[in-house]
Amino acid sequence: MSPAAQPGAGAGSGPGAGAGVGPGAGAAGSAVVPVMEARGLVKRYGRVTALAGADFELQPGEILAVIGDNGAGKSTLIKALSGALVPDEGEILLDGTPVRFHSPLDARRMGIETVYQTLAVAPAMDIASNLFLGREQRRSGVLGSVFRMLDHQAMRRAAQAQLDSLGVATVQSITQVVETLSGGQRQAVAVSRAAMFGRKLVIMDEPTAALGVKESGQVLDLIRSIRDRGLPVILISHNMPHVFEVADRIHVHRLGRRAAVVRPSDHRMSEVVALMTGALRLDENGELVDAEGHHHPDLEDMD
Amino acid sequence: MTASVDRAESAGSADVTRSSAFGGPGGIAQRMLRHPALGPLGALLLAVLVFSLTTSTFADVDNFSLVVQQTLVVATLALGQTLVILTAGIDLANAAIMVLGTMLLARVAGGDSPLVALVAAFAVCTLIGAVSGALVTRVKLPPFIVTLGLLTVVTAIARLYSTGTSWPVSHPLLTGLGKGSYLFGQFYVTPGMLLMLGMFVGVWYLLAHTAWGKHVYAVGDDPEAARLTGIHVDRTLFSVYVLAGLIYAVAAWQALGRIPNADPNAFQNGNLDSITAVVIGGTSLFGGRGGVWGTLIGAFIVAVLRSGLTQAGIDSLYQDIATGALVIASVALDQWARRRSL
Repeated sequence: MSPAAQPGAGAGSGPGAGAGVGPGAGAAGSAVVPVMEARGLVKRYGRVTALAGADFELQPGEILAVIGDNGAGKSTLIKALSGALVPDEGEILLDGTPVRFHSPLDARRMGIETVYQTLAVAPAMDIASNLFLGREQRRSGVLGSVFRMLDHQAMRRAAQAQLDSLGVATVQSITQVVETLSGGQRQAVAVSRAAMFGRKLVIMDEPTAALGVKESGQVLDLIRSIRDRGLPVILISHNMPHVFEVADRIHVHRLGRRAAVVRPSDHRMSEVVALMTGALRLDENGELVDAEGHHHPDLEDMD
Repeated sequence: MTASVDRAESAGSADVTRSSAFGGPGGIAQRMLRHPALGPLGALLLAVLVFSLTTSTFADVDNFSLVVQQTLVVATLALGQTLVILTAGIDLANAAIMVLGTMLLARVAGGDSPLVALVAAFAVCTLIGAVSGALVTRVKLPPFIVTLGLLTVVTAIARLYSTGTSWPVSHPLLTGLGKGSYLFGQFYVTPGMLLMLGMFVGVWYLLAHTAWGKHVYAVGDDPEAARLTGIHVDRTLFSVYVLAGLIYAVAAWQALGRIPNADPNAFQNGNLDSITAVVIGGTSLFGGRGGVWGTLIGAFIVAVLRSGLTQAGIDSLYQDIATGALVIASVALDQWARRRSL
């Protein structure tokens, strides 16, 4: 895509990788203002440091996967980015402007939508009601302003249009109750809601964790169609094949900070897992080295 | 692109197979969950039919009017109870609040100021609702505990305030809800009936057609999901208890229309009777499902059973057995439908 993405010389890392790894490398990605950026985030819980100066960068129109071992501080990072917690130190920038979130509502008002692992859907309510839950539309005129009457029809129409445009064709009716839907369909409802109201970006927490093969595929398609609409996506996932299938870049989180940012096309899955566990790391030139600093043969060498 | 379309289609056909099974949208369990008042309505019509055929006195316009009048107070209490139960709460104090309301109406009006008495009763009942709401949302106590405590406290306050006797009420403003006129010759219609119907329509409108109503259902269905979608869960809960308190004040007014005497020992089972009506009416004790029309039908089912069994000459203790069995059957049915649909 951008010229900075192909540095050649087998460096094999995206614009964000340099910014996180070596000093002075940030210039590589400066051509484009990141949609979201975090610098030096710190969060401590008593003696435990969950975030130890974490950096983060989301480029326009990309799917950025965030991976990390359990306890790497990945979920703390996501909570900071989605407003669920306030970091002790560091700053978050949205389109280059510093912002402070005190609650998920703050983040949402600025156009950041989060699809939680629990989905946050009301099972006894229908799809249309769930899409507009907490953001109901009232009717125009006196009925809406004085009698506070909801515009059920308009909300149903908009919900149907949203599902259609994202290619969610499997639900029978927009008035179907969410608890009658399969896991993948419920996920689709939650994702559609985020895509509908997200103006800046969408955060998805383990969207395929509870799904079978077919439904995972559908959800991955959904994630792509959100990206193709121009809305960048932060995808938190443990599932490496899924990450490699959809992600444009992969943010590897380790020990409370960003260990590397890589492109799935440049690395094998095993290498990324090694980055995650610390068996490998990226050196100053963005090349894979093992714990002793020996170079690791990368893909081009293999060919 | 082609691959993804294929995948969507094949997954779609799998979903269709799934939904055509028992729990799907066409299933009995699903229909029950979507229209929770239909079952109770059928039961009510069946009860009316059976008693009309088996007794000579039940199917009588006068008797019907009497049944409605007898149902007024419990139905109004149950309206407030429905709101609380929809949020997965329970209100054990509603009848006690109402009884305190009747005491206030009677004693404050003693100084020839019925309007002041009305305002005082409405203010105090609403305030106690606000106290319940604050304890549930601020102190984070379970509604069962909050309202159990308030039941004891409010009952004691009402008895202290009554000085141990009952207080007759005579002012037409305070007893007028029970003074009606005959419609079509025989059916006795009171302002209280119209007021009750109006309140049911009002609360139905709030629940079905405003964002507040959606939020009440969502909070009862899954409070965490409601919070994450930006609903002010505590504010919604608090408003439910306040509105319920206001409705209990109306119930107090209704009660004096029926019997113009404020008795501190009246309606001792009013709380349980209101829960019975709500549950028989198909509103789930787990919150998030049900509605006011089911409650109205539930209240009438209890009243019709009582009236019909009395006309049939059956001991009132058997009526209790029938009512109790109906409660258990209703909840069992609700549980079954929920399991089927999940």
